[in-house]
Amino acid sequence: MKDILIIGAGPAGLTAAIYALRSGKSVLLLEAKQYGGQIVNTPDIENYPGLAHVSGYEFAENLYQQAKSFGAELVFETAAAIEDRGDHKVVRTTLDHTYEGRAVILATGAKNRPMGLEREEELIGRGISYCATCDGMFFRKKDVAVFGGGNTALEDALFLSNYCNKVYLIHRRDQFRGSDADLKKLTGRENVEFVLNCNVTKLLGEPRLSAIEVTDKLTGEIRTIEVAGLFVAIGQIPDNAAFSNVAALDEKGYIASGEDCLTKTPGIFYAVVCRT
Amino acid sequence: MSVITATAENFEQEVLRSDVPVLVDFWASWCGPCRMLSPVVEEIAAQADGFKVAKVNVDEESDLAEQYGILSIPCLIVFKDGKEARRSVGVIPADAVLSLVKNA
Repeated sequence: MKDILIIGAGPAGLTAAIYALRSGKSVLLLEAKQYGGQIVNTPDIENYPGLAHVSGYEFAENLYQQAKSFGAELVFETAAAIEDRGDHKVVRTTLDHTYEGRAVILATGAKNRPMGLEREEELIGRGISYCATCDGMFFRKKDVAVFGGGNTALEDALFLSNYCNKVYLIHRRDQFRGSDADLKKLTGRENVEFVLNCNVTKLLGEPRLSAIEVTDKLTGEIRTIEVAGLFVAIGQIPDNAAFSNVAALDEKGYIASGEDCLTKTPGIFYAVVCRT
Repeated sequence: MSVITATAENFEQEVLRSDVPVLVDFWASWCGPCRMLSPVVEEIAAQADGFKVAKVNVDEESDLAEQYGILSIPCLIVFKDGKEARRSVGVIPADAVLSLVKNA
């Protein structure tokens, strides 16, 4: 039995582990994919106080090594259910292993939101990508599109504009949620075209993506844009559905809680990223 | 078994003409998720039974990447009897990698 089981080894889970271990608690982290979570997709983090520049991979690796140096244990398994037995909790994984802890911290984070279009799944790796820094080089000198209006979309568009012939930035609104600094840089790039108030509504090409259809939300006008790649950055969806028995979720699937890190179940806590 | 470094020169011999299925990891050093997946693939290679594991560095072997239509990495492809049998894009847990090979 561990003192604390932490579900998710992204920055929140690993940070929780470091603090718990330094307080003398024993900790086991359960991670479905990769420690560090989504930050490993970021080529250069430049807004972390005290670290002017660090790559997402390096940051994740350092965080993991730091937690490990204090005695963190990590298993690569997907938590599928939590059972509350009062003074202890049992986490069952998709491999049907069980782990027991006196407390559980949910640090599940979020995963990429899909567009919900026909053939989207089949075209991932065949023109559709969620990671510009991983896949940008395959689209060198080609035309690509980025779909989204937040920081990730702006960063992706900037990154791709260094390599690609042309970058279409497609956004459902005419205002961006992403940082002004990146937006300013983007507007100065000659090979970037803003396609605003538009949704991507159809994926074309066989077996690879060769074009997308975008629909103007205001006029209904449909435009076909030839692109070899489409980088999807329309936000995240939380990954908490399996734990709704122990933590109340809001209508979007985030943990419905305040700033206190408590769930409705004593002994089960959450780390901020996966809550409302 | 250790991981084979597959290149344009040895790809046919090591992968396409292999008697057993081959799990090939297409990766690059600048790709964070690839570096996260690498230890998983190496661990699977160490315990591989009835299959082989190879890695293709897409920077050094851009022709192979092009030939197999790699547009996203990390990309795992299982080759069986000289043909692509399975493909998976992105980081997946070890058990999913194993079932990719077993179901090839």
